[in-house]
Amino acid sequence: MIAAVVLSAGELILLVTLAPAVVGYVRWLKARLQGRRGADIFQPYRELRKTFAKGMVIADTASWIFHVVPWVVAGSTVAAAALVPVVSANHPTDLLGDLFALMALLILGTIFLSLGGLDPGTAFGGMGSSREMTVAALTEPTLAIAVLALALTAGSTSLGVIAGTVLANPSYAIGPGHALALAAFLIAMLAETGRLPIDNPATHLELTMIHEAMILEYSGPYLALVEWAAALKLTLLLALAANLFIPWGIATTSTPGALAIGLLALLVKLSLLATLLAVLETRVAKLRLFRVPELLAMSFTLALLAAASSFFTR
Amino acid sequence: MRLFTKIFRTGIVTEPLADEPQGSAIVLAREIDERARALFGRALAIRQVDAGSCNGCELEIAGLAGPVYDMERFGLHFVASPRHADMLLVTGPVTRNMAVPLRKTYDATPDPKLVVAVGDCARTCGVFAGSYAVAGPVESIVPVDAHIDGCPPEPSDILRGILTALGRVERTGEGR
Amino acid sequence: MVIGALLAGAVFALAWPSPAGARRLSLGFVLLACIGALIFGLDALLTGMLWTWRSDELLRPIGGVALRVDPLAAFFVVIVAVTGIPASLYGFGYLQALDARPRGRAMHALLSGFVAGMYLVPLADNAATFLFAWELMAVSSYLLIVSAPDQEGAAAAGVWYAVMTHGGFLALLVAFVMLAQGGPLEFDAMRGTALALPSHVQAAVVVLTIAAFGSKAGLVPLHVWLPRAHPAAPSHVSALMSAAMVKLGVYGAIRVLIDFMPPLPPAWGGAVLVLGVVTALTGVLYSVAEAHLKRVLAYSTIENVGLVFVALGFALLMRGYGYGALAAMGLIVALLHTLNHAVFKTLLFLAAGAIVHGTHESSLEALGGLIKRMPHTAILCLVGVLSLAAVPPLNGFTSEWLTFQLLIAGARFTAPTLAIMLPLALAAVALVAGLAAVSAVRLFGIAFLALPRSTNASEAREAPATMRWAMAIPAAMCVVLGLVPTTALTRLTAVTSDLGLPMGQLDVGFALELPLVGSRLSPAGIALLVAATAIAAAVASRVGRRWRTRVDSAWNCGRIAQSPRAEYTAAAFAEPLKRVFTGFYRPTQEVTVDVHPVSPYFVRAMTLRADFAPWIEQAMYGPLIRAAHRLSSHTGRLHTGSIHWYLALLPVALVLLLLVARWVQ
Repeated sequence: MIAAVVLSAGELILLVTLAPAVVGYVRWLKARLQGRRGADIFQPYRELRKTFAKGMVIADTASWIFHVVPWVVAGSTVAAAALVPVVSANHPTDLLGDLFALMALLILGTIFLSLGGLDPGTAFGGMGSSREMTVAALTEPTLAIAVLALALTAGSTSLGVIAGTVLANPSYAIGPGHALALAAFLIAMLAETGRLPIDNPATHLELTMIHEAMILEYSGPYLALVEWAAALKLTLLLALAANLFIPWGIATTSTPGALAIGLLALLVKLSLLATLLAVLETRVAKLRLFRVPELLAMSFTLALLAAASSFFTR
Repeated sequence: MRLFTKIFRTGIVTEPLADEPQGSAIVLAREIDERARALFGRALAIRQVDAGSCNGCELEIAGLAGPVYDMERFGLHFVASPRHADMLLVTGPVTRNMAVPLRKTYDATPDPKLVVAVGDCARTCGVFAGSYAVAGPVESIVPVDAHIDGCPPEPSDILRGILTALGRVERTGEGR
Repeated sequence: MVIGALLAGAVFALAWPSPAGARRLSLGFVLLACIGALIFGLDALLTGMLWTWRSDELLRPIGGVALRVDPLAAFFVVIVAVTGIPASLYGFGYLQALDARPRGRAMHALLSGFVAGMYLVPLADNAATFLFAWELMAVSSYLLIVSAPDQEGAAAAGVWYAVMTHGGFLALLVAFVMLAQGGPLEFDAMRGTALALPSHVQAAVVVLTIAAFGSKAGLVPLHVWLPRAHPAAPSHVSALMSAAMVKLGVYGAIRVLIDFMPPLPPAWGGAVLVLGVVTALTGVLYSVAEAHLKRVLAYSTIENVGLVFVALGFALLMRGYGYGALAAMGLIVALLHTLNHAVFKTLLFLAAGAIVHGTHESSLEALGGLIKRMPHTAILCLVGVLSLAAVPPLNGFTSEWLTFQLLIAGARFTAPTLAIMLPLALAAVALVAGLAAVSAVRLFGIAFLALPRSTNASEAREAPATMRWAMAIPAAMCVVLGLVPTTALTRLTAVTSDLGLPMGQLDVGFALELPLVGSRLSPAGIALLVAATAIAAAVASRVGRRWRTRVDSAWNCGRIAQSPRAEYTAAAFAEPLKRVFTGFYRPTQEVTVDVHPVSPYFVRAMTLRADFAPWIEQAMYGPLIRAAHRLSSHTGRLHTGSIHWYLALLPVALVLLLLVARWVQ
């Protein structure tokens, strides 16, 4: 029991500390693909440390919501990260919630971030809030059907159970249902985390921003919390994709050896997915905002096909 | 796919930073606060403010983010909002219309902050000195920590100027 | 019983000399009545007491009054009470403005009548009592709507409401008569005769029931009265209507379709499920785009009713296939969502009333910045809005999570229709949940945050203390029901087993674990984790700062002044969604340009009017309304004005009646 709690806490701390490195790796790879040297993968840690130490400027039109938003965003993202099976499939936090609870926690963070964008009363904040909520609402069906496709094969929406079932029955993972669900999930993930082609995380043009526009008003430790939460969201969704769809390597027992292999497997899978992300972001250009629903509709169709084929292969 | 073939054929084109300044002088207007210097050691967010310049300096600054001069390798990056910024990179003689916005940008930046004025116009109003549309050099609107002379200064000199202000590079060449 | 006596006392308060005293007395009696009903209902649920009461003297011509308390009835009595307590408490402050007007007394009496009707409907045990209570509810709420002071469109709303509720009444009457198959109109008898109905009669009864109760609940396409009537009524009445009265439509559907009828062919369950999905989508899409504060909430009610009918349709479907445990779970989820929605919709309508009371503005486009002037209302409304958005750990999330699990559990069965329908239903429910979140953020963000968009909003007054306490009750319930959902769920298993759908033992405690679903949910645990991290983040970001925090104007790109004109408006917030779903909204746009008389190139003013085409009303009700007009203009020709003609008509009518009576014999 104590060991299980320690394991869960350790997994959470691992994800939280790894998150800026994942973002740093993606940036570094993009820099190299652009022909630049770029900063090393630990640069986001330095940026976060510096931002956290800085002073803050609060708008005089802001209310207490403005202050509460970074705390709730950090809290909800950390709680969502606690639910992800990182190194081990015997996951005690399955007692807390399942895949739907994870999605709901991410929506909680998005809702509060949108409120924080509306609070100071700036035009760009409202614009970011509106766009972010629209994209979040349109990714919901895709994520729900992807969860359904996974749950149909695993018999439950509990994260540890899904990871364990795919491990025990490798034939599930090769099937078309799984692959389509993975594709749909990855597109939805791009939308949720605000990466290209839906949103450019490095843009400075406010009219092209979705996520950035909501945080234009934040500074100092609040900004650091929000940025860290965004990196954590990317990392946890990547880890989720890795461990639910390609769970090989994840530990099913709690022996140190199995855990070490699990950790190694996680790092390998994360770097693989992050490489794919960086290559994708180099290749594609950002979509016009009103073309984004078409992309999300396509991912929804993929997810539906995944669910349908899950039925027919049973 | 042709894109990736081109990427691999081109490779890394970043040039190392020259030891000596190429042309312009870097003038430190005041001693940078030691605490600020320590804080910004390896990561600095820069907000560029165009206070009425002819865009010559902007073109050079834009080159900083490109592959040849690559300021990211020093930990510098541009940000969209002054609330996210540690340093304001100001260009142009401050025109009357941009005087208040520049001051507001400075006030919107959280402490600790640095201001680096780029170009001759920013220090002395350059060729626009005395014009009816000009309110004064940047120093008259916001306190400046370093000036980088030139019309326009080379990107590598701008980079050196920023790094000198941060204390990452030894100061060479006293200014006019 | 106790309830009836207290409500009679409330009506008596009409005669009290001082208006303020009359208000306090009548509302006080209603409050006491609701508290008594709550205790009574909870007692009935907890102890499983079954209680009946008959009187053949009252309502003798139509069969006497019969009342019965079973777990289902007790549950709905509890729902009405849970809504009535805050609403009546709210009235103390809210209706103070009506003291000077004579219609104030009438409205207090009508409120008592309305609440009485709502209590009698679940307790009714024969058609006579049911229809009497139904009509009492309808008439009193109609009068409350049209007598509401200073509301534009109240009269038209009343007409829509009256026509549709009486249409439902007729359908209900026919359905009951058909169910009784010539026997007594007692519900016990109907339980017997319903088992042996010929299939076409059964089909007719099902259709009539769904039509009647669906129109009361707000199923599409019979929902059109809801967005007109709810905004026109005073806020506490809106709260009662939205949170309690529409739930009685759900009650009626459950009573007839599950209690009376045997397991229906699965097609009916599927139809109800599809209706529920369509209703939920329609409701949420309109609630995202509407600008009137209460219309947003009215459409949100339609959305949640749709979700209830999704679960109910699922229960009927599973009952038709014979999977009893899944049907029980579906029913439990439907009932739980009914309760949860009642709680947070009461809170939201009361908050909307507080906003209108404090600002005299009811359009989102004129509000803003209220969080600074109405801080308590803001925080209470935030709780309601977060429940609406189905956010953990509040109660809206619990019912949404259960609905998802339900649909997944059903999808595991391989009947082909289920294989297509349930994933689509799941996707639709997920989309509805996402859009509800958009609507929630928009509602709270535009109304309370940023800067005031009108002078009225900048001079807003906080609501009086009774109104705030009235809102605090459902807010506290949202939190409690969210953190500890198992309290409600265990009571609901008593309801389902009484209806013949036994359910296994539920996990009692702080976590939710249902037998057929492999996953667990612990809202309290999640809340703890979120709160702990948030507090840690708060401490770390505010304590021990080396550089202090400054307050400055908001960053607006260095513009000289910040104006509320630069803020996002409610219409702008919904703009991306309106573009995505433009086929649904059918937006119309009208631009008028006012030019200077000297030259058309000098524009003085431009007005843009953007609206939605009400295509549901035009497509379905337009032809009906036109046909009714045609019919009435034809029959108008009978009114020739000549008394000879009228006298000649009398014996003709008499002969016709005798023929009809003979034929019916």
